[in-house]
Amino acid sequence: MDYLLTEEQKMLQELSREIAREKIKPVAGEYDKTEEFPWPIMKILAQSDLFSVFVPSEYGGTGGSVMDLCIVTEELSRACGGIAVCYAASALGTFPIILFGNDEQKKKYLPPLAKGTSIAAFGLTEPAAGSDASAIQTTAKKVGDHYVLNGTKHFITNGGEADIYTIVAMTDKTKGARGASAFIVERGTPGFTFGKKEDKLGIRASVTRELIFTDCKIPAANLLSKEGMGFIITMKTFDMSRPGVAAQALGIAQGAIDIAIEYANERKQFGKAISSFQGIQFMLADMATKTEAARALVYSCARAIDSGSKDVAKESAMAKLFASDVAMEVTTDAVQILGGYGYMKEYPAEKFMRDAKITQIYEGTNQIQRNIIALGLIKESKKK
Amino acid sequence: MISVILDKCVGCSLCIKVCPFGAIKLVDSPRACVDAFGRGEAVGKKAVIDLDKCNLCGACLESCKFGAIRLDKKESIIKKIKLEDYKGVWVFAEQKKGKVQSVAFELLAKAKDLAKDLNTEVSAVLLGDNVENQAAELFQRGADNVYLVEDAKLASFCDEAYTKIIVKLIEKYKPEIFLSGATTIGRSLMARIAVIVNAGLTADCTGLDVDKEKRLLLQTRPAFGGNIMATIICPNHRPQMATVRHKVMKEAGIDKNRKGKIIREKLNDDALFSRTNVLQFVEEISSTVNIAEADIIVSGGRGMKAKENFILLEELARVLGGAVGASRSAVDSGWLGYSHQVGQTGKTVCPKIYFACGISGQIQHLVGMQSSKIIIAINSDPYAPIFNVATYGIVGDLFEIIPKLTEEFKKARQ
Amino acid sequence: MKIVVCIKQVPETTEVKINPETNTLVREGVQSIINPFDMYAIEEALRLKERFGGETTAISMGPPQAAEALRQALSLGIDNAILVCDRAFAGSDTWATSFTLASAIKKSGFDIIICGKQASDGDTAQVGPGISAHLDIPQVTYVRKIESIINGQIKVERLMEEGFDIIESSLPVLITVVKEINEPRLASLKNMMRAKKAVITQWTYKDLELNEADIGLNGSPTKVVKIFTPPPKEKGKLLEGTTEEIVRNLVNSLKGDICG
Repeated sequence: MDYLLTEEQKMLQELSREIAREKIKPVAGEYDKTEEFPWPIMKILAQSDLFSVFVPSEYGGTGGSVMDLCIVTEELSRACGGIAVCYAASALGTFPIILFGNDEQKKKYLPPLAKGTSIAAFGLTEPAAGSDASAIQTTAKKVGDHYVLNGTKHFITNGGEADIYTIVAMTDKTKGARGASAFIVERGTPGFTFGKKEDKLGIRASVTRELIFTDCKIPAANLLSKEGMGFIITMKTFDMSRPGVAAQALGIAQGAIDIAIEYANERKQFGKAISSFQGIQFMLADMATKTEAARALVYSCARAIDSGSKDVAKESAMAKLFASDVAMEVTTDAVQILGGYGYMKEYPAEKFMRDAKITQIYEGTNQIQRNIIALGLIKESKKK
Repeated sequence: MISVILDKCVGCSLCIKVCPFGAIKLVDSPRACVDAFGRGEAVGKKAVIDLDKCNLCGACLESCKFGAIRLDKKESIIKKIKLEDYKGVWVFAEQKKGKVQSVAFELLAKAKDLAKDLNTEVSAVLLGDNVENQAAELFQRGADNVYLVEDAKLASFCDEAYTKIIVKLIEKYKPEIFLSGATTIGRSLMARIAVIVNAGLTADCTGLDVDKEKRLLLQTRPAFGGNIMATIICPNHRPQMATVRHKVMKEAGIDKNRKGKIIREKLNDDALFSRTNVLQFVEEISSTVNIAEADIIVSGGRGMKAKENFILLEELARVLGGAVGASRSAVDSGWLGYSHQVGQTGKTVCPKIYFACGISGQIQHLVGMQSSKIIIAINSDPYAPIFNVATYGIVGDLFEIIPKLTEEFKKARQ
Repeated sequence: MKIVVCIKQVPETTEVKINPETNTLVREGVQSIINPFDMYAIEEALRLKERFGGETTAISMGPPQAAEALRQALSLGIDNAILVCDRAFAGSDTWATSFTLASAIKKSGFDIIICGKQASDGDTAQVGPGISAHLDIPQVTYVRKIESIINGQIKVERLMEEGFDIIESSLPVLITVVKEINEPRLASLKNMMRAKKAVITQWTYKDLELNEADIGLNGSPTKVVKIFTPPPKEKGKLLEGTTEEIVRNLVNSLKGDICG
C-alpha cells in the first residue's frame, strides 16, 4: 500500500531496510544466543545518521519526527526486534529531554544523542512500581544545588550500556504521582551503579538491567522541567514513544510474514509447494491483512503526533495495543506455517514469536493501553 | 559510430540476440526508424541501436547476414607501426624465489603451437637475481631463446623496474605476440607494459588461436562471469598481448635434449630505478596450499555450520593432496581466511576437481569455480543451485558423507 | 591530500541470467550497481580521509545513467563526483578507458588514486595499472592494507598468491584494492540527502582536450570479433543409494582423475 511517504522518508526506509538486510539479519541469531549488546550495529546506525531522525534539526538531528522513528524501527525490527529496541529505547530516553528539557539541557545532551555517540535509556519501572507509576520508591532529595538519588530501577532497557539516563524519582512522597520528578543522570556519576542483567524470553540482543542509586549526587540543573512534573513527563513521553513500540511490533510481524512466505514457497509436500494449499494461503492472507491494518493505524498515529495533535494518548495506545496483538498472532502463525522447523531454534521463526511477546507488555501492558483508550473515550463523551 | 543501414535491415532480430548490452530494439513505427539525422523512411520492423547502451563491441556486425550494420572507425594518432617488423612469440617466465612458476610452462606449450603456425620462434623473458639456472628448463619445455636480465633488485617482482626493462626488450626485439599468466604479477605487469608500448592486451584468456594468414592472435576470454565468451583481436598494434588463465592450458612436456640461446641484457641503473620497493614478503601459513594452484579443491560453505567442522574438509583435502576453499559466507563467518575464498569477490579457480560441500551455489560463487573440470556438490537441499553446475551431485548429510569419502579415497590411493 | 576513486557502474551479476531458449543474456530489469570491488575503494578513500584528512573525488566513465553510481558514492560520503561521459568514448577497451580516465584524473588533481582490483563485468584488472602507466606514476595492485602515509611515502600490503608483500612507494601513487582491505559502510541519511541534490560535474572529451582519434573505439587497439555463449555444461549425474554406495560410486568415478 502507498502511504504517501515523502522523498526523504522513502530514502530513510530504503536505508534502514538495507542496514537490516545486510548488517542485522546475518547476526540476529548470534545476538539472540549470546545476549551481547550489539555495539557494532549501533555504530552502523550512528554512522548512517539513524539516531538523528528523532532529534530536532536545531540540536543536530534531521527533524525529530515520530513518523521517521517509526519507519526506522519497523525496518530494523523486520530483521531483529531485539536490536531494534536498543535503538528505539534511546529515542525513549531522549524524548523527555526533547519535550521538557530547557535550552541548556538540550544543547548539552541532544547533539551526541543525535549523532549516536551517546545512547539513552529511560528509567521508570521499579520492582514494586510497574504499571502503577505512583508507587515509585526511588527518592530524590534536594541538598543545596544538588539532588541526591536513592533507590533501584529495574527492567531498564539499555541499562548499563546507555550514557544518558532519564530517571523518574520521588521528590515528595506525600503527593503520590504528583510528587514525582524527572532527572537526567549520566553514566559514571558516583553512586550510580548497575545491578542484575535479566535473562529474557525474547529481544535478547537488547540489555535489560537494574539501575542502583546510592546517595547519587546530581546537579540541580539536571532536573527536567519542574519538581512534580515527573508523571506528566512520563505520560507525554509514552505518548510519543508508543508508536515506536507499535512500529517495532509491526516490523516483527512483517519479518515473520517474510519468513513464512519464503518458506511456504520453497517447502514441498505432496509434490507441491505448500503455498499452493488453501489452508496456508488463508493463513498468509490473514497475517498480511492484519499487519497492513496495524501499519495504517501506526502511521496515522505517528503523523497525527507530528502534525501537532495535542491529545494523542488514546490513539497512540490504540496503535500500540493493536500492533502488538497482531504481532503476537502473526508470529505464532508463522511458526505454525513452518511446522516442525518453525519450532526449532535453527530456523528464525520462533525468535520472532519470542520477540513479539514483549511488545504486549512493555511501555504499558496492553491492559493499561485499554484503560487509556477507555478513559479517552469517556473523557470525550463527557465533553460532548 | 555505429548505425543501421535501413535499406538493408530486414528486421530479422539476429543482432538483438547477440547484443550483450541489450542496446538493440526492433521498432515498427516507420518514424522511429529514421537515423540520427532524420533520414530514411523505413517500413516494417527495423533494428535501432540505443547509443547510450551500445558499447561498440561489434557483436551485431558479425551476426548480421545482410551487412546492415556499419561501424566506422577513425585512425588513431597512436603512430602506425610496420606490423611485419614484429616477429616471435614471447612468454613471460614468472619466477618466485628464483623458481619459474608452472604457469609459464603452460604458456610455453601454447606458444610452441602458435609459433609453429606462424613459422617463428618461442622466447621466454626471465627477470630475477641468479636465475640463469632456470633457463635450461625453459629450453627443455620449448623456448628457443631466453632473454635474461639479472640484478639483485629484480629478485622479487617490482612493477616499475620490470615494466621498464620489458618495455626496452620489446622496443629492441619487437615480438609479435607476448603472453603472461593471468596471475597477480602478470596482470599488474602486462597492463602497465601494454599502455607504454601502445599495444592491445586481453585479460585472462582461456583460449588462444591464430589466424595464419593475417597473423592475428585470436584471444578468447570469458566475460560477465563466464556467461558469455568473447574473441578479441588486435589488428594494428604489436605485440599482441594477452594474459592467460592458470590451469586452462596443459603444461609443456620436458625434452631433456632441447637447448636454446640465452640472450643476456645489460641495463643501466635508470632501468632498475623504481619508486616502489618491496620491503618484505610474508608467507601466510594458513594458505600453504594456494587454491589458485591446486588441482583439487575441497570447499565448504554455510552448510559446514561451524569453524571446527572444516577439519573434515582439511582431512579430505590432505588425502587427495588438494587445498581447502570456502564460500563467501564461510569466510564472512570467520571460519576461514580470505585467501581461501572462491568466487566473485575472492579467487577464480579452475582445478581438475572441485568439491562444493554445503555450498548452495550463489551466482557469485559459481562464477569463481564453474570452469572446474569436475564439480562434486554435496548438499542437503536438493534444490540448491550448485547442483545445476555439478558433474556429480549428492543430496545428503555432508557430516556423514565426507568422513566416509575420506576413508574410501584413502583406500583407493594406497 | 587529494584522493581520487575510480568507479564503474556494472550490471548486478546475481541478475545476469541466460535465456535457455535463445541462449542470450537476459537483460530486462537488470539492476545497475557500483562494481563490488569499487565499494572497497570508496570505503578506503573515506578511511584515508578520516585518517589523514583531504578531499575525496569519485570519477566514473560511462553513459549518463552512470551518474547514479556517482550519486551513490556521494551518499556514502565522497565529497565530489565527476562523470566522464561522451558518445565518443563508446567502444573503449582498457587502453582507451585508462587513457581517458587518466586525463580526467590529471584535470581533477590527485595524490592517491584508488581503484577496485577489477570490474565484475569485464574482469580485466587492467584499467588501474593502465591509468598509472598513462600518468607515469607508481602502482601497487591487490592492496589489502594501507599501513601508513608519512612524508609522501605510503606503506601498503599487497596480496600475493601465497602471502603478502609489504611495499613502500612514493606519492602520488595508484593502488587497486581487494575485498580484504575493509568492510564498506552503508550510506548515511545526511549524505543521501546531499547526494540527491548534488550537481554532478560532467566532462566530455572536449573538456578533457582529447583528440577524437585517441578515444573510444578509435583509440582502442583491441577489437571484439565474436561474442558467443559457452557450450552448456553436460548435465550432471545425481548419485543415489545408501551413503556407502554413493561414496564407492564416486570414488570409482574419480579414481582416474585423482591417481593420474
